[in-house]
Amino acid sequence: MAIITAATTAPPSAHKRAGAARQQWIGLLYVAPAVALVVVFFLIPLGMTAWMSLHNWPLMGEHSFIGLGNYVAILRDTRFWNALRFTAYYTVIVTIAIFVVAFPLALFVERPRPLTNLYRTMFFMPAVVGFASASLLWSWLLNVDSGLFSPAAYDLGLIDRKFNLLATFQPAFWSIIAMVVWKVAGFTMIILMAGLQSIPQDLQEAAVIDGAGPFARFRAITLPLMRRTLALALILSVAGSILAFDQFYIILRGGPRNQTLTAVYWIFNQSFVSFKLGYGAALSMVLLVILVALSLVQLWLLRKPEGLD
Amino acid sequence: MAQAASRNRRLLSRIGEHSTGIIASVLFAAPIVWAMLSAFKPAAEARLPPLPPWPTSGFSLENYATLNSFGDGLWVSAQNSIYVSVMTVVLSVAVSVLAGYGFSRFRFPFKNLFFILILSTIMIPFQSILTPIFLVLTKLGLHNTLTGLVGVYVTLQLPFSIFMMRNAFDAVPREIEEAARMDGASNLTMLLKVMLPLVWPGVVTIALFAFLGAWNEFLAALVLMTDQSKFTLPVMMTALQSGRFGAIDWGAVQAGVTVMMVPCLILFLALQRFYIRGLMAGAVK
Repeated sequence: MAIITAATTAPPSAHKRAGAARQQWIGLLYVAPAVALVVVFFLIPLGMTAWMSLHNWPLMGEHSFIGLGNYVAILRDTRFWNALRFTAYYTVIVTIAIFVVAFPLALFVERPRPLTNLYRTMFFMPAVVGFASASLLWSWLLNVDSGLFSPAAYDLGLIDRKFNLLATFQPAFWSIIAMVVWKVAGFTMIILMAGLQSIPQDLQEAAVIDGAGPFARFRAITLPLMRRTLALALILSVAGSILAFDQFYIILRGGPRNQTLTAVYWIFNQSFVSFKLGYGAALSMVLLVILVALSLVQLWLLRKPEGLD
Repeated sequence: MAQAASRNRRLLSRIGEHSTGIIASVLFAAPIVWAMLSAFKPAAEARLPPLPPWPTSGFSLENYATLNSFGDGLWVSAQNSIYVSVMTVVLSVAVSVLAGYGFSRFRFPFKNLFFILILSTIMIPFQSILTPIFLVLTKLGLHNTLTGLVGVYVTLQLPFSIFMMRNAFDAVPREIEEAARMDGASNLTMLLKVMLPLVWPGVVTIALFAFLGAWNEFLAALVLMTDQSKFTLPVMMTALQSGRFGAIDWGAVQAGVTVMMVPCLILFLALQRFYIRGLMAGAVK
């Protein structure tokens, strides 16, 4: 687009064209800082990850080339596969939970009525707070002695002695789900709301005239026309959850009994606690391949509907 | 009769809708409000379960004071967080405005390649390249420096903010520039004097996202900042909450979490329009 416009507006005379060409080269200077940053903090580290993954690379001392040794070790690293399996399980559950809360909220705040803006703002507020802040906050609320949930349930007589939510897997896991839904649902709601609002009103009205009930309208109009929006919300949730770290590190430290170590958490442990940098890099490559594959699925899901631009 | 019944029904459904809205709003706001109120309890009371959330034995700033006594203190971490966030905002805005203008208005070799390169970084999680980033920073002499952390944060912002700024510049009609060029304005003056005011909403949006991103980031700060005097708020608060400075002081955690949340909430409430706009722009890409 921009190229075509630039070409058609370029002045015709030879002298001026040389000037214009020089003018165009200046564009390189404008983008140079951005490109430099991406090269230094992105491309080089990316290449190094691949390179390091082929080495035994301790923090101190010499590193040595071991070919695919790290990858072979990964195949036998049951704790990594457990972490990956847990990450997948968490991703599925949390994504479903987020949608179950966010979709009704989106339907609720989509129609303009008094106070809608206030509701939107309230639902969205936890989304601007960082994951670390939210995790610290909930680690307090979930604490057995000084927190809110367990003492409140005790005071209300719901339980006969204080119950430590973080001591066993199931309550700990569902506590994290509750916290993440609280934090993320407003965000997903806004995206879904944008999708709902983009559905032409006359389509719905025509369906009403044709006698379609609310459920039929939802299935035949709302869902198909929201395909790209749903795909986007889904992808954001899945990609974010696969990379989950903060909440499991801050609230659970991977416990109880290392049952909530996520993939990123395991890589963090290998690289920055055990300082096996080469092995950590190989694990990173595996994670990276998974996420790039996911991005390709994303591009496919987000493709423009056929027949339209 | 029938009219009255339908009016009643509508009233009922409106009451139902608003009670749902109010209950849901309270649920979403409760944890935030709970922490903010509890932080004002005296230390002895803050150890007890927060029922009720507000201080019952008198309003106190004790928790904020104790927070300052852990490690290098709250104030040092807060300063680090402010420095890192402000620098990330300034640099990512500067770099993205320049690059957005360059990509929007000029034709040069490798233009599309560079643009795709920058955008595609969003596909690769930075979590997977943290180790080499650590080594690169060491090589550059930026190991364990806030400047190094800023460099990483700015780079993380680039795909979103350059995309935003390129689109913002694309939306400005070329006639405006041509008119300014007739008046003899150079490229850079034109960008600063003529174009920048026109793309200002985009600048506010990317600045807001850069601030929130840097202020809230945890993993990179945890890995790259090894010296306590360089900790940002999330890292310092996690150290405190993990019991690294002795028994966990939950009152101090409440106060620290409040300090971490308040700037985000104020900025969001003040600039909500720009935030939602950024979200939508990100959503349609």
